[in-house]
Amino acid sequence: MTATDVLQLLADGLVLGTMYGLIAVGYTMVYGILQIINFAHGEIYMLGGFGALFVYAWVPGLRAVSLWLALPVLLVAAVVVSVAAAVAAERFAYRPLRGAPRLAPLITAIGLSLFLQQVVFNFFTLPGGSVGVTAPVPFPQLPGEPLHLGGVTLSHAALLTLVVAALAMVVLTWFVARTRTGRAMQATAQDPKTARLMGIDTDRVIVVAFAIGALLAAVACVTQGLRLGTISYNMGFIAGLKGFTAAVLGGIGNIKGAMLGGVVLGVAEALASGLLPHLPALHMFGGSVWKDVWAFVILIVVLLIRPQGLLGERIADRA
Amino acid sequence: MHRLIADAPDARPRSGRSRSLALAAPLLAGSLVLSACGTRDDGSGDDGGQEATTVTIGFDAPLSKDLAAVGLGMRNSAQLAVKQANKNELVPGVTFELAAKDDQATPNIGQQNAAAFVADTSVIGVVGAYNSSVSAAMQSTLHDATMVQVSGANTAATLTQGARYKTDPQREYDNYFRTISTDAVAAPVMAEYFFKDLRIKKIATVDDKKTYGTGIVENFTEAYEKLGGKVAVHQSINPDESDYAAVVNSVKSSGAQGVFYGGEYPQAGPLKKQLVAAGFDGPMGGGDAVKDDQLIPLAGGKSADGVCAHSDGAPVDSLDSAKSFVADYKAAGYSEGYGVFGAYVYDATTALMKAVGAAVEANDGKVGDIAQLRPKVVDAMQKVAFDGATGKVGFDAYGDSVNQVISVNCVQDGAWKNGVKIVTVK
Repeated sequence: MTATDVLQLLADGLVLGTMYGLIAVGYTMVYGILQIINFAHGEIYMLGGFGALFVYAWVPGLRAVSLWLALPVLLVAAVVVSVAAAVAAERFAYRPLRGAPRLAPLITAIGLSLFLQQVVFNFFTLPGGSVGVTAPVPFPQLPGEPLHLGGVTLSHAALLTLVVAALAMVVLTWFVARTRTGRAMQATAQDPKTARLMGIDTDRVIVVAFAIGALLAAVACVTQGLRLGTISYNMGFIAGLKGFTAAVLGGIGNIKGAMLGGVVLGVAEALASGLLPHLPALHMFGGSVWKDVWAFVILIVVLLIRPQGLLGERIADRA
Repeated sequence: MHRLIADAPDARPRSGRSRSLALAAPLLAGSLVLSACGTRDDGSGDDGGQEATTVTIGFDAPLSKDLAAVGLGMRNSAQLAVKQANKNELVPGVTFELAAKDDQATPNIGQQNAAAFVADTSVIGVVGAYNSSVSAAMQSTLHDATMVQVSGANTAATLTQGARYKTDPQREYDNYFRTISTDAVAAPVMAEYFFKDLRIKKIATVDDKKTYGTGIVENFTEAYEKLGGKVAVHQSINPDESDYAAVVNSVKSSGAQGVFYGGEYPQAGPLKKQLVAAGFDGPMGGGDAVKDDQLIPLAGGKSADGVCAHSDGAPVDSLDSAKSFVADYKAAGYSEGYGVFGAYVYDATTALMKAVGAAVEANDGKVGDIAQLRPKVVDAMQKVAFDGATGKVGFDAYGDSVNQVISVNCVQDGAWKNGVKIVTVK
């Protein structure tokens, strides 16, 4: 275990963590405004990847050009599919339940999540393939050799994940702090009733929150597909679970906290699986089998010390 | 109401063997009952005499859904064996007929098919199934009726030698036979291929924490270390995840020259791809669940090169003894290929018919009551020995084939090259 190996682990953890962070933002924004946990968010994420793959496979000519040129089209396709699904989910699954007991939207979310998974499982079709996807499907790959930065190997897709995540955070922070809609979101998050009295269209704000979350998730899924080479109909389950964990770790309701939580989670997983096996006293608790254990140990410890999460504010429960 | 209680599709790929990827859509229990009633002939089997008596061979395999192509190829092969037996008068005075049933790769349907075969007094024995899990569900039903069950595709060692096949093999069902070799002998063959042929002295092992994956890694490790090889690191992946960066890093930093993966192709492909992307260019071994055409696109085409996985039995195209089978199969004009198992099913069907012949002969040349003939066929089956399409056909004390052949197949230039090495174990 050399210093370069540790750096490699940190880099892998960072990439994984920013991917978690992008998903976590969706959980945190919806929770911040509606106090519901959109457990179908993992499936919204998964739909993005399949939307991109669908366009890539069915639009003639896309496969002929370099993937770098096709990438913007894939991203747009992913975003369109995810955002459409999220907005539809909000309109038809969550809005009718607004004001219902909190458990109702939670159960709806679980049902919706199974529904979306099964739709892809049973109906997603690639040219020349059979109907439905029962196993992981190959995702197009960026051409070119991986980059070597001082002993650390990073693929183009990994670098892309980092760039996209950084960009997304900057834009999102600006959007929430500076724009009219962003400020309307803050107001709705603080007190929906008063915000409505002040003339804010809270329904629209809620839709925007769902849409932004879906947008980031869609981008995350495309980078994930590019990075790992496959996507599958059930990839949203674990990703959603990790994203939700990251959101709680960072302080649910706080956008920067979501990204920070993701990075902490990703790095913790990487170190637990890569570094711990090389430490004399802890080697038996290391390895990839243990990485989820350590991720959740960190979550529990953080919540014991700071129940509101890393960056969360201590607010009275509004329920 | 059946739809409400029928099996729902799994939200994830099935655990266990790839062949048990029973991704069945909700199935109507009612339709099974209907399909189980479709016996066409009942007037036969009364009196021997000079007239040719019709004896039915039951056949069970997945004939619809994902695995239909394999199952139909197996059915055609069995059909071919029956046709040839009738033409060549394999058993004088007996005309064979094949009754094929679809199990949809689902154990409970297979069990119902088995019950239907038992109830049909024209059926002397059953050829099938394809999935080991389905055969396991059929075994006891057919055993209670002392009917022969012979498979040309089941490779789970437990079917013949029981759950403790490694330490204390026990044959539970004396009516069960197979013409193909088992998984238990495969891992040592792979270990030898990696250690001796590929000269990999230090290997990393990875499993997917499932029964099949951990089992094959265990068997592989045992054999590999016995040969003098060193396992540099052992890791596990979570098959629900697709990011194997941690495993890839530890494989790389362990200094291993190759990897052996215990699991199935949906994870093996991405793992290989990520290994190559991280700059690891050693070969990757795996069991027969890795040997799938889909592996290659999943591993990213070019980076799939260097994946080696075993398959049970020799590739049919490579066998001299199978040439006439291959020619006859083509001449018969079936629309599905005979696949990996066709020749083994062909031999299994012929073995069953030969056993019927021996039993009839011992019965003064008369078929008589089929239900009474069934146990005699089981006894005769144990003694069957002949040269079939796949080589020597015969059964040992457990009902396993005397002809244990394992093939090593490797991906070269983006395509599977079958039978890179073919090993006869017994």
